[in-house]
Amino acid sequence: MKGDDFLTKSISGFSRVLESVVSTEDISRAPGLLQILDPRVKLVSFLLFIVGVSLVHSLPILGGIFVLIFLMSLVSKISPGFFLKRVLIFVPIFTLVIAIPALFLTTGQPLVHIAGKIIITQQGALSAGFLILRVTDSLSLGVLLVLTTPWANILVALRWVRMPSLLVDILGMTYRYMFLLLHSANSMFLARRSRVIGSFSGSENRRWLGRALATTMVKSQRLSEDVYLAMLSRGYQGEVRVLNEFSLKRRDFLWIAFSLVAIAALFWVSRL
Amino acid sequence: MHIPDGYLSPVTCGVMYATSTPFWVVAVNRVRKVLTHRTVPVLALFSAFSFVLMMFNVPIPGGTTAHAVGATLLAIVLGPWPAVLGVSTALGIQALFFGDGGLLTFGANCFNMAIVMPLVGYFIYKVISSNSDALSPRRTIGAVIGSYIGIVAAAVCAGIELGLQPLLFHTASGTPLYAPYGLSVAVPSMVFAHMVVAGPVEAVVTGGVVVYLQRTHSSLIKADAPKKKEGKLWLLWGALGLIALATPIGLLASGTAWGEWGIDELKTMGLGSIPQGLQKLAGWWPAPMPDYGLPRMAAVIGYILSAFVGIILVAALLCLLGRWFSRKNKDKSDISSEGGTPVN
Repeated sequence: MKGDDFLTKSISGFSRVLESVVSTEDISRAPGLLQILDPRVKLVSFLLFIVGVSLVHSLPILGGIFVLIFLMSLVSKISPGFFLKRVLIFVPIFTLVIAIPALFLTTGQPLVHIAGKIIITQQGALSAGFLILRVTDSLSLGVLLVLTTPWANILVALRWVRMPSLLVDILGMTYRYMFLLLHSANSMFLARRSRVIGSFSGSENRRWLGRALATTMVKSQRLSEDVYLAMLSRGYQGEVRVLNEFSLKRRDFLWIAFSLVAIAALFWVSRL
Repeated sequence: MHIPDGYLSPVTCGVMYATSTPFWVVAVNRVRKVLTHRTVPVLALFSAFSFVLMMFNVPIPGGTTAHAVGATLLAIVLGPWPAVLGVSTALGIQALFFGDGGLLTFGANCFNMAIVMPLVGYFIYKVISSNSDALSPRRTIGAVIGSYIGIVAAAVCAGIELGLQPLLFHTASGTPLYAPYGLSVAVPSMVFAHMVVAGPVEAVVTGGVVVYLQRTHSSLIKADAPKKKEGKLWLLWGALGLIALATPIGLLASGTAWGEWGIDELKTMGLGSIPQGLQKLAGWWPAPMPDYGLPRMAAVIGYILSAFVGIILVAALLCLLGRWFSRKNKDKSDISSEGGTPVN
């Protein structure tokens, strides 16, 4: 069992990705506050928010920003449990583990004494707090952006901010075929899992994994050839044409005004 | 190794975007030239593969599992520049969609995992496997060692990026604003973790796939062979640049290089008196960059700058010398050929 655990782990990893994509698509089409905004405005404002967060030097403000983000997620009809689970599990917990030694290693004014020895310094505690809150704030902004914007619209927004169209096309197609390959890898792992009764040695498992990966690689190479021929036969000449039907509405201008004020406030606060 | 937002200062993020951009530009141009209209589908499928590869759990001794990046593998099969774009795209989707790695730190993450890792890994692979046929075991050895060194080099870069934060960005009272550990903690811990766990995983996965491809689809291994002389020069330059970027590691060492003591150091080392000749000679050559750089704060940047300036100076000197010699030879051969061929 121990040796084959990687099969189960991989399978659950694959299905977690597929599941999160389905739920994201659902949420991004719900009629919430952020969903109805123009994706271009949203992308730019969120990127600026993340820059703003990285400039703030105050723990209460970083905490306040998280509360604001959480409120925004509520009015965007994202269930609070789902949002917090997606934001708080993994990255902030991982950061917490990383930040703990900083409490003891950073030199500075003492905060906690034990037996006459300085254990925790003010500087250490502050810097651990900065790291954790900043990571949580930036991550939740990114998650909020992705949860409230369908993938196709993110691509439109990326094109609009002048990302080279070649890269946007690759990004779009990668996303599409990623699921196909995930499915095929998933079936491969499931097939293996269902045929294994005992357990294999670690090295045998690694050999199998190498073969599985190589097979997936060969599959993707063949598929790319087929896809290219299919595109060619539909008149592809090296350029992807997209429809861009977005136009700014009054609510978008309101959001721009709000973001400008918020970002200006962040920059002003960071100078204090 | 995915650095999330919040660990690096916005300035560092900007610098890392600026560092990565020329690589992306070169990669796009190269790939377009080779693949032409195929660029989008081929890269999209291999980026998708790269994404899936990063999700495979690899069993490691002790019952746990780890993930591989696969950048060197992609470089071996596709060539180094398509690998740069493929891994960057996979990292982009991870950052945008799954919050794995940040949006501001995307430039830094790409530099480590999508630029340094495939280019260094591929360089080593090429050096070890040069002129061997597709089925040669040298290819496997090259893939294993290349991928191992590639990921460790990427870890060194990530360690330096993280370790610079408390040096450069802190409040007046000394509180680090971003990643809290200095170079002497960040670099060794990143490198150690990658030498012991992630490196072997990467090497085993890359080696395993290459062995299997050799047996079943050897054309995929052979596919990369631009046999031009200039094709290898950029690799050399890349390696030199990386070594230059890694120079601040010297800051971790205490003390100075053996035999390169200055007068003040000799005094503190317990030498009673300084030899008169040494004292006389010590100051006659005023170095333009004393001790390779500026005071503590900018020491790291100073190191990197000094390294680059040094490389440029040496390269320029050698270039001039080379040109001079080749002209001399050319003159000679011109003369001899003129003398040797009968003039009509």
